Amino acid sequence: MFNEKRIAMKKKLLLLLPLLIFAVLASFFVVGLDRNPREIPSPLVGKPLPEFSLPTLDAPEQIVTKERFAGQVWLLNVWASWCVSCRSEHPLLLEYAKTNETPIIGLNYKDKMPDAKAWLQRYGNPYEMSIVDADGRFGIDLGVYGVPETFLIGKNGIISYKHIGPITEESLRNIIIPKIKELKQQ
Amino acid sequence: MKRLFLLFVACGLSFWLPMATANEALPTENDPVAQKRAVELAAKLRCLVCQNQSIAESNAELAVDLRRQVREQITAGKTDQEIITFMTDRYGDFVLYQPPMKGTTVLLWLGPLILLLLGLLGMYFFLRKQAGKGEEMPAPLTDAERARVAFLLKQRDDSKT
Repeated sequence: MFNEKRIAMKKKLLLLLPLLIFAVLASFFVVGLDRNPREIPSPLVGKPLPEFSLPTLDAPEQIVTKERFAGQVWLLNVWASWCVSCRSEHPLLLEYAKTNETPIIGLNYKDKMPDAKAWLQRYGNPYEMSIVDADGRFGIDLGVYGVPETFLIGKNGIISYKHIGPITEESLRNIIIPKIKELKQQ
Repeated sequence: MKRLFLLFVACGLSFWLPMATANEALPTENDPVAQKRAVELAAKLRCLVCQNQSIAESNAELAVDLRRQVREQITAGKTDQEIITFMTDRYGDFVLYQPPMKGTTVLLWLGPLILLLLGLLGMYFFLRKQAGKGEEMPAPLTDAERARVAFLLKQRDDSKT
């Protein structure tokens, strides 16, 4: 009698098994929905900005190196005139540049100089200056694989944060600006 | 008219394409050993723009640039390991199709083995249960049954003779 009851219960549990499997799978999928496979953690965060010596968009005869920005907190924004999603973050950059909190330096990535200049004229220029990486070599040193990308660099020249893809209002307010404030206090 | 135009475009492309690739392959093309190394290395590196292709397969701009990087470094006398370190320093382990064994990748490497062991364990217990069922001894015969067996056996023996 007791044994029969146990067998009946086992059968009931077996019936619940598909539901259980479904629940486990579904929870994996739900977590997966919020994750972006394009966002690859950069090994450069926490390391010094790689060396570069590149011309600027406004003065191609002048060479700029990273020493030029030593001792300040700054943003390095990788952009190009051919980059469509750069346009979506551009108004935010313009707005943030007005606050004068932190210089934004552009890295004009694999672009043609006249195109880049025309683009800035058309959409506005939030950059203190734009460094020109015409052949994309500095981009490789930075581990750039999709434009736009934005790096936050501290006073000590160490990259403290990397944002992949266009900056959104949320990421600017909730992540980047708090991090800038934190870095400035150091 | 439109067809004629397309034909012209196709002809133009067929001239232009081999030239474009020839340009790109310059640094190692005269050295078959270096060329082989470049191709092998490129096949091991993931293109980060189109994540399911190696940089050898992809035509994304970044893949073209990284192939150039690989060839230049081979020409500069760098070892394969040095080139791979160059890539992982910049793009992380994600750039490798074969990720290294370390804390964060243990599950990736050992996961299939653990699943296999779990499966074997499950199979072992299942088979043991099945075997146990078969070996269960039937209840001993009652006297009446014994008498019937004896009767039937005798009947068979009688019919044979």
